[in-house]
Amino acid sequence: MTFTLAINGREYLVESEPEVPLLWILRDVLGLTGTKFGCGVAACGACTVHVDGRAMRTCTLPVAAVADKTITTIEGLDDAVGTALRAAWLSHQVPQCGYCQSGMLMSAAALLATQPRPSDAEIDRTLTNICRCGTYQRIRRAIHAAAATLGGAA
Amino acid sequence: MSLNRRHFLLAGSALGGGLLIGWGAMRPRQLLGEAALLPVEAGEIALNAWLKIAADGIVTVAVPRAEMGQGVYTALPMLVAEELAAPWASLRAEQAPIASVYGNVTVMVDAAPLDEHDHGLLAGAMRWTLERVGRVLAVQVTGGSTSVRDAWLPMRSAGAAARDMLARAAAARLGVPVAEIEADAGRMVHPATRRSLAYGELAADAARLDPPDAITLRAPAAWRLLGRPLPRTDLAAKTDGSAVFGIDVRQAGTVYVSLRTAPVVGGSLAQYDRVALEARPGVIAVVPMADALAVAGRTWWHAEQALQAVPPSFDPGEHGALSSDDIFAAFGAALDAGDGSAYEDRGDALGELHDADVLRAEYRAPMLAHACMEPMNCTVRLHEGAAEIWLGNQAPDLMRRIAATALDLDEAKVRVHTPLLGGGFGRRAEPDVMLRAIEIARAIPDQAVQLVYSREEDLQHDTYRPPALARFAARLDTRGRLHAWHNHVACPSVSKAVLGRAFPGLPLAGPDKTNLEGAMFLPYAVPHRRVAHSTVPIVPPVGFWRSVGHSFNAFFTECFMDELAGAAARDPIEFRLEHLAARPRERHVLELLRDLSDWNEPSAPGTARGVALHGSFHSIVGQVAEVSIDNGEIVVQRVTCVVDCGQVVNPDIVIAQMESGIVFGLTAALYGDVRIAAGRVQQWNFPDYRMLTLGEAPPIETHIVVSGAPPGGVGEPGTPPIAPAVANALAALTGQRQRALPLRAPG
Repeated sequence: MTFTLAINGREYLVESEPEVPLLWILRDVLGLTGTKFGCGVAACGACTVHVDGRAMRTCTLPVAAVADKTITTIEGLDDAVGTALRAAWLSHQVPQCGYCQSGMLMSAAALLATQPRPSDAEIDRTLTNICRCGTYQRIRRAIHAAAATLGGAA
Repeated sequence: MSLNRRHFLLAGSALGGGLLIGWGAMRPRQLLGEAALLPVEAGEIALNAWLKIAADGIVTVAVPRAEMGQGVYTALPMLVAEELAAPWASLRAEQAPIASVYGNVTVMVDAAPLDEHDHGLLAGAMRWTLERVGRVLAVQVTGGSTSVRDAWLPMRSAGAAARDMLARAAAARLGVPVAEIEADAGRMVHPATRRSLAYGELAADAARLDPPDAITLRAPAAWRLLGRPLPRTDLAAKTDGSAVFGIDVRQAGTVYVSLRTAPVVGGSLAQYDRVALEARPGVIAVVPMADALAVAGRTWWHAEQALQAVPPSFDPGEHGALSSDDIFAAFGAALDAGDGSAYEDRGDALGELHDADVLRAEYRAPMLAHACMEPMNCTVRLHEGAAEIWLGNQAPDLMRRIAATALDLDEAKVRVHTPLLGGGFGRRAEPDVMLRAIEIARAIPDQAVQLVYSREEDLQHDTYRPPALARFAARLDTRGRLHAWHNHVACPSVSKAVLGRAFPGLPLAGPDKTNLEGAMFLPYAVPHRRVAHSTVPIVPPVGFWRSVGHSFNAFFTECFMDELAGAAARDPIEFRLEHLAARPRERHVLELLRDLSDWNEPSAPGTARGVALHGSFHSIVGQVAEVSIDNGEIVVQRVTCVVDCGQVVNPDIVIAQMESGIVFGLTAALYGDVRIAAGRVQQWNFPDYRMLTLGEAPPIETHIVVSGAPPGGVGEPGTPPIAPAVANALAALTGQRQRALPLRAPG
């Protein structure tokens, strides 16, 4: 089947079986490798992207389910929230190996989009992604910092 | 500053506050390397094997170690930039090629089973010999927390030599004596005439000059970059999706491969349905091997789906009944059988430990997987008698040699690329995944073949942190001080396992320090002590895992120290301090930790604190954990960490590595347990090989001690103390001592 995918403001025509997870369309068909494979069972969050603004784990998300939706990956995370998060990620020197950070940023961006000043408990509930390097407390600080920046600009 | 790299240095003396280095027996070419080693792009000029300068002044440093999160793409360029007097914003990092000048000598010297504090003749001779071996082998290993220690003199020297060449080039251009030239922020300045030239303008002239006969390294007081929390060079690309890990390598026409390996070590492929597999959508090739089946697909998912839909079957071979209990039973039998071989034996511990007032305890640690976030993978293209390999790895020269042997090719025909590593932790020092990818690529020639392990394959076919069993016996004297200490550990030999895979055919004999590192040469004063080991091979493959032997021995020894403090009715920190009279650095770490953790303040109701102190990789780390039990789960409320890692290159990276080591060690302490039943690893993915998440991670406060000691490691030393700190806190909280990992909430 042919699917039309709207990714990062561009349209892609993709020939695929409907059940192929979006992750593998992004990585192995379109070459958008910023979205990562970590577990294949939606447990680690490395594959998180935005579908119509919501954070979704794409390793179990069939391409057919996102055909008419707006998809944003880490490569296209350049709105005000994404820009503020990236800046905070750098000022707090968050990443180490960096492999999980695309998913972390996408999850954090979706959180800030709905909750501009999240509490620690809301961050705990939302950021369930796994990081093996232990960047967690820097992620928490960077989210609060980005929220403050965005709040100040509003 | 003491210099014991005598192969590198014959002369080292303080001059004008700096460190004058004559090249001595080692010719500049051997240390600085040939500039021609570095690949250059248009406008770039290499001044030696470590750095190149572009016309716009950008300085690119060849980093000889792999970036796996620990910050070598930042810390090592800082060493060059300091001596080059280049502004930090002009620095870039690039993976060094494979060449002997980049060999890791320190990792070889560290392999000796010696006390870091032993500076006697025999120890010195052993280190000197190993250093010579290290120079000859020139293994480009990233591991053992050695990157900064090994680069400390060579990379500063490379920067200083380049600075000297640029200064001479500037003097010639300006027609002034070189003594009147000063280096400042990427320019060579002639203050008297207020003229200056940028490095980018001088690099071509400088490259035509010989390296200096001697260089002077800056004195610490004159440092402008070292010791500062400079931003990492690799992070921007890690926030926009552009960073390329091994799994992200994309070559034209790549086929993606998934794998099923025999679940039992030594098992073999029994049956598979080639016709049904080939009929599955997107399947390109089916590759059977003796103990595995691979499927190549249009995407990795197509390959994996085919294997899920049409699974192969395997014969278990001779180990189909193996269980974790069998492994621990074998350890117990070894401990029963005799006294083992002692790596440390002072006084008469055995003689002093037969009385009734002997405290005894048995501790155990489970097998653990690495679970790097980036699943194991390797991309190989075999084409016209040559091999190109993309592999996130911790030893590219070894990988090249092993690949060349496997392919029966000259090493010159094998190219190994090292992209970023999505976690390493020791797992990526192993050649197994590469060898598997090569085996598969031979069946699919002329195409790039990307093998990616599913998370299940990754967890079930690891080179595991070995399980271990330890028995202690100890006696206190009438004052409550340690009189005799006996520790006997049973576990397999990690070094022999790793080296046996890396250098097949190499005869491996003699002691393996990795078994007892962290158990022997403890800082505590004990008149009679014996630390012994029994090597018990196990069937599952074992390998290096962040902090290696320290990862279990620190748990054993620091928990038992707490038990002894209890027996002596002493505060755990005071008890340790009483045994550290001769160890000022350890004392200082503990005293600072006592203050910063509010140790002497009462802890909140329902919480308790525990402490652990552990030296590893030439650094000393103390941690206090504050724990509670909440809804039947252990909750670590707060961790205070004090580290003395000697000379600090980048304090923010040191702090990040402490945070990282603590989360890694805490994940293992609370959840890590790879179990074997019916010969098979029982855990399959993150749901049952649980990882600490953000909401479970405690706030961590790290304090760095400025001790003036030479640089120590930081990638691993943060890991060992956290398990005993939490276990000691839990014992204080519940009154029950847990002597096995992972820790469990009672009842």
